[in-house]
Amino acid sequence: MAYNTFVLICGGTACESSKSDEMYKLLQKEIFDNNLKNDVQVVKTGCFGFCEQGPIIKILPDNTFYVKVTPDDIKEIVQEHLVKGRTVERLEYKPSEDKGRVKIEDIEFYQKQFRIVLRNCGVIDPENINEYIARDGYLALEKVIFQMTPDDIINELKISGLRGRGGAGFPTWMKWNLTKKENADQKYVVCNADEGDPGAYMDRSTLEGDPHSVLEAMAICGKAIGASRGFIYIRAEYPLAITRLEIAIKQAKELGLLGDNILGSDFSFDIEIRLGAGAFVCGEETALLRSIEGSRGMPTPRPPFPSVKGLWEKPTCINNVETWANVPVIINKGGAWFSKIGTENSKGTKVFALTGKINNSGLIEVPMGTTLREIIYDIGGGIINNKKFKAAQSGGPSGGVIPEQYLDTPIDYNNLTAIGSMMGSGGLIVMDEDDCIVDVVKFYLQFTVDESCGKCAPCRIGGKQLLSILDDISAGNATEQSIKNLKAISIAMNNASLCGLGQTASNPVMSTLKYFEDEYLEHINGKKCSAGKCKSLMTFTIVADKCIGCTACARKCPANAIIGTVKQVHVIDQSKCIKCGACVTACKFDAVIKG
Amino acid sequence: MSKLTLDDLRKLREEKTQEFSRRNNEQDKSSIIIGMGTCGIAAGAKETLNAFIEALDTNGLTNVKVKQTGCMGSCNVEPTVEVVIPGMPTVVYGNVDGTVAKKIVLKHIIGKELLDDHIQDKPAMDIIEN
Repeated sequence: MAYNTFVLICGGTACESSKSDEMYKLLQKEIFDNNLKNDVQVVKTGCFGFCEQGPIIKILPDNTFYVKVTPDDIKEIVQEHLVKGRTVERLEYKPSEDKGRVKIEDIEFYQKQFRIVLRNCGVIDPENINEYIARDGYLALEKVIFQMTPDDIINELKISGLRGRGGAGFPTWMKWNLTKKENADQKYVVCNADEGDPGAYMDRSTLEGDPHSVLEAMAICGKAIGASRGFIYIRAEYPLAITRLEIAIKQAKELGLLGDNILGSDFSFDIEIRLGAGAFVCGEETALLRSIEGSRGMPTPRPPFPSVKGLWEKPTCINNVETWANVPVIINKGGAWFSKIGTENSKGTKVFALTGKINNSGLIEVPMGTTLREIIYDIGGGIINNKKFKAAQSGGPSGGVIPEQYLDTPIDYNNLTAIGSMMGSGGLIVMDEDDCIVDVVKFYLQFTVDESCGKCAPCRIGGKQLLSILDDISAGNATEQSIKNLKAISIAMNNASLCGLGQTASNPVMSTLKYFEDEYLEHINGKKCSAGKCKSLMTFTIVADKCIGCTACARKCPANAIIGTVKQVHVIDQSKCIKCGACVTACKFDAVIKG
Repeated sequence: MSKLTLDDLRKLREEKTQEFSRRNNEQDKSSIIIGMGTCGIAAGAKETLNAFIEALDTNGLTNVKVKQTGCMGSCNVEPTVEVVIPGMPTVVYGNVDGTVAKKIVLKHIIGKELLDDHIQDKPAMDIIEN
């Protein structure tokens, strides 16, 4: 007995609630009735994402994708598809015409994701160069060495519209061109793999899953700008990525794809790895370059830009891991192909690390112009426990929040900047109604205060002051003047800091003040934290009517703050209460309330 | 291995592409591909790998290759495993611990049927093959 057809029905929570379980049983019954039970297997699967289109049924091996299936459709699917072999067209997924997004021609696909950077991640063995080569690996390098001039390469990038994925979004071709134009006996290519945003791991996964794509791209850049040496600056906290890069470099050198006279040509290019100690500021390009040189990782004023005076004062082209990973595909498929993906000002795709209160957390790659709603509800499977969406934090400690009213804004560089956030490197943290904005901003400020290198006063002093005002707000010791002070310090830091770290450190403050000022005021004037995160503003009380005097809470209280004996109404001594919430969990009668 | 010339590289690519697509065309190679990024390993991919090797060994399945790959991106269902077996659709399973690994060997590879509750959709179409 062997099945020849498999019916996959989504058993994710969203689909489950829309009757997928009932349909599973119906499918089995119909299949049995039609005598197909030896040919067709019905299988329940994990969440397919795409929950707004659910319930979903996928039929293998022909890969038919049915959406919004109801129990009434089951008979037709079995009769038409499984018995007669005809697709039920009315249930098939049809890609909708999305506003603001340029469609990829000739390709029909139901997934919201489109993988360029992650094309090989989860597909090839990253420790085997042959598997990379099998998937068009080093084809682009071959092409640039033997068929293209440096100007051709840069022109292809220009057509593609690729912009830097490290955060600022500077056009990549321009960076390469500026470095190319400099006259120098030595130039350098640098890969910035100092990924430091909390909750971001796009670069780590790319390097772990497809290290050769970065090596190939750096060599392509070497050919374009006239450099023969490259450095990858990666944090020591990424041991697996480092190991795989080392293996990849060794294998590429053995095959002569790196080193002297690549593929017998007169082009030579070599790459070395430099480990960083994990300082966040070393992701800033000038600080990174100082760190490679062996100096303390501190930023220097720009200009001069690295393209003029970079590593050891030589012209240097520095790009982020994700930017690099795009390059071989652009050379192979052409800049014009790439420029069809995305929006007017932001071409291609963006990788996001989707985390927080989201069902399907993970690493995703979507065309620029995808909306936050599609990311959260179609790919991410919605908010955990169906809670209400509050905001998403993008761009890490340098970014801001995207509140609910912008759920349908196409995500690209310009739109995110316009609403006061930024693309950043791609961390995307989803917050729900239980998250307190002041608490979240405090977290980011604590991070930037810890990571400030201390060289310039606006960042060193300003950050600390912002944090102490935020502490006052969450402790209930602030006044409305505090908000004015937050704004004034934020603007000063933004204008006067030396590098990106200080200039953007106040972004979380400014962005949340713009959309959630009410919540700040609630803390300040109402001495209240609705989300229940700011402990100083919370009180726990026992409702006398509900308390039966079982002593469960008093026994659990670590501070012995609950007074009362058996069968007597218990009372919490507020002066002793440490607000841990253990009593709420202990009470079986909902008698303890938090407010 | 000696250094490649342009012709060598082209020959190697052609040869490896054929091998690689044969793997995907499910003709004669069976393989189990385990997502072993930092995330997968942290979620227990090494135990999964060992469980597969042990289960294949116990059942005398010497023709099934066990391989590693990077992260597929489905953090919420790590460890993830892709199973390529001739005559069966290629599928990705999520939340594969040692017990599920054994079930995959017994049900999917030997019994030629799919497992309930663990199949994940591939996140995107392949731009290299399409």
